[in-house]
Formats: sequence, C-alpha cells, structure tokens
Amino acid sequence: MAENTDQLRAADLITAIKSAGIRFIVALPDRTTSEHLLKPMLADPELRVVQVCKEDEGVSICSGLYAAGQRALLLMQHTGLLDSMNALRGVAVEGQNPVCMMVGLLSKEPGVLPTQSKRYGIRIVEPVLDAMQIEHYLIEAPDDVEKVVPAIEAAYARSMPVVMLIGREPRSS
Amino acid sequence: MMKRDQCLKVLARHRTNEVVVAVYQAAQEWLHISPSDLNYTFTGAMGQGSSHALGIALGRPDKRVVVLDGDGSLLMNLGTLVTIAHAAPRNLVHCLCQNGTYETNGAVDIPGRGEVSFPGLAREAGYPKTYTFDNLDEWDRAVGRLLREEGPIFIALHVEPGEPYPEDFRRLYAIEYRERFRRALAKA
Repeated sequence: MAENTDQLRAADLITAIKSAGIRFIVALPDRTTSEHLLKPMLADPELRVVQVCKEDEGVSICSGLYAAGQRALLLMQHTGLLDSMNALRGVAVEGQNPVCMMVGLLSKEPGVLPTQSKRYGIRIVEPVLDAMQIEHYLIEAPDDVEKVVPAIEAAYARSMPVVMLIGREPRSS
Repeated sequence: MMKRDQCLKVLARHRTNEVVVAVYQAAQEWLHISPSDLNYTFTGAMGQGSSHALGIALGRPDKRVVVLDGDGSLLMNLGTLVTIAHAAPRNLVHCLCQNGTYETNGAVDIPGRGEVSFPGLAREAGYPKTYTFDNLDEWDRAVGRLLREEGPIFIALHVEPGEPYPEDFRRLYAIEYRERFRRALAKA
C-alpha cells in the first residue's frame, strides 16, 4: 500500500520534541493525540510523562520544571487550553514562563484553517491566543513538523509560552 | 491553633537548604521570616502553588521541596492531590496553612470550613503519610524529622493570623527574583 504523504506522523513529532531537549511530558488525554502520541510517550523510557487532573496544573508544573532547569511539553485538547486561560495569563504570560503546549483541535475539519472551522470551539482558539499575545503554530501537514524545534527553542529564548495546534490526528505510519 | 508567623518561624529554624514554595499570606510572611534565594513565590494564579512545587520537585529530585499552600488555594486545585500522589515525588513536603478563610481576599470563610478534612482528602488521594498540627511545641518537636521523611507527605497546620507583616505583591511575582531563584537552584 502506498504511503499517505499527507499524513502527520507521530514518530516524527516525537523525534522533534526530543530534539528540542524535551524530557518531561505533562499531559491530559486528548482524542486527537492519545493513541499515537501520548501512548507511545507513556511507553518511552527517554520521556517522563506526568499525568495531571486538569490542564492549569500542567501550566504550573511546566513552569516549576523550567525553574528547575528542565524542558517540558504540555499535551492537551483545545478545551483544556480554553479552561486554562487564567493560568496561561498569570503563570505563562505575566510570569514569563516558556510553557510549550501541543494542543489537539478535536473535530477540526481536515485541510480547513482553524479560523474557518464550522465549530465555534475551534474557530475561537487562534483569536483567543492572539488576544493573549501567545505565539501559535498550526501543525497539520507532514512539513509542519519542521516548525516544532524552532518554536520550542524560540519559547525558551524569549522565556514566553508557545502553542502548537495539532490540526489532525497524527498516525503511527 | 498556632499563630501563623510563629509556626513559620519554627519551620525557618529547622530549614537548611530546602526549596520553599509559598503562596499568599504565608508567602508574604515567609519572605521576611526566612529570606533566601531558594524561596519561590512566583505562582501566578490562585491554587497553583503545589503544582509549581511538583514541577520543581520532579526537576530536581536531589533537593527537598516544601510547599506552604493555603486551604482556599488547595480547594481551587484539588486535583493536585491526586496528581502529586500519582507522581509520588519522594522529595516533596506539602504543608497546608489551614486558616479556614480566603484571608487575602477579605477573610471570607472557605466553603466547608470546619467540615472538610484536608488530611483525609490527601490520604484518600494517595499520600502515604499525613499529619496535623495545632500546637506549636508539637510542631517544633516534629518538623526536623518531617523535613527528612520520604515524601510525598501532607501536613495540615492549623493557623490564625499572628503579627502583621508588610504585603508586597510586586515582590511575590517579580521576574527578577524568579531568575535569581533559577540561578540559585542551579548552583545548589
């Protein structure tokens, strides 16, 4: 069977995350990323996954890890991002913490820009992040994986948060 | 019931090189009682102190991390008890300054004041050990041992306001002090 060249590969994402020096993953399950991203991470001996009960905890845990000299990635769904606005405001932005987030856009239509989605919850994500002055990138096509390492490096260089929006479910192959 | 500043002074006398994460009133007082570059007060949003402390404890398992949480704060982030118990950092001491009120925000009672057992919640969440102190002498006799005990442990401290200390919210969240903390911890 021919390889699907439009498919976002989970292994490429994990390689990029590790290349950026990330060793801690702080996570809540998200249907977009659970199967092929979070589950392999849970089994990966090079990564320590910290499972949290709520996403705002994750913002703070990543900040504590930064204070301790470690790099971390917060994995969650866009609903969790929206639920964490005050922590993002106070801890990440005003606190100038390089909280790096990978956020699954559950039910976004493939190939449709988030702002053009028919789903209100998806459509508002980027405008909300813009209003909060939080950098964000869309990761949906295989080439988008190239954005991951520079986005994380820039977040740490600026000591400011960054959101990588996962536009479709990454697959194992 | 213990005066909070007296309770914190006892902790300060037994402190050696521990990281201390403190929130709200306890933080305002702790900065005067036990000044150190290893004090972390940059928690940014209510309820988040123990989560910052967990991150520091996981990132530096060789360092003891003490968090001075508040009961109003903990109610805002109760899931943290399960998260901490599950992550099981052996170097984390979770102290709760239990005053029964939102003291910083007008001293209104917390819901469930006098009814909720915070050590009970911690125990059921999976903390292997929980303690309660409402007597200064007993706290003084135990704290040295508790600071060396394998974590995560949960300590409820029944406190009421003592001497007033100057409040300085700018200092609590100042980035320059957070950077000083990072440098101090890197060297510690």
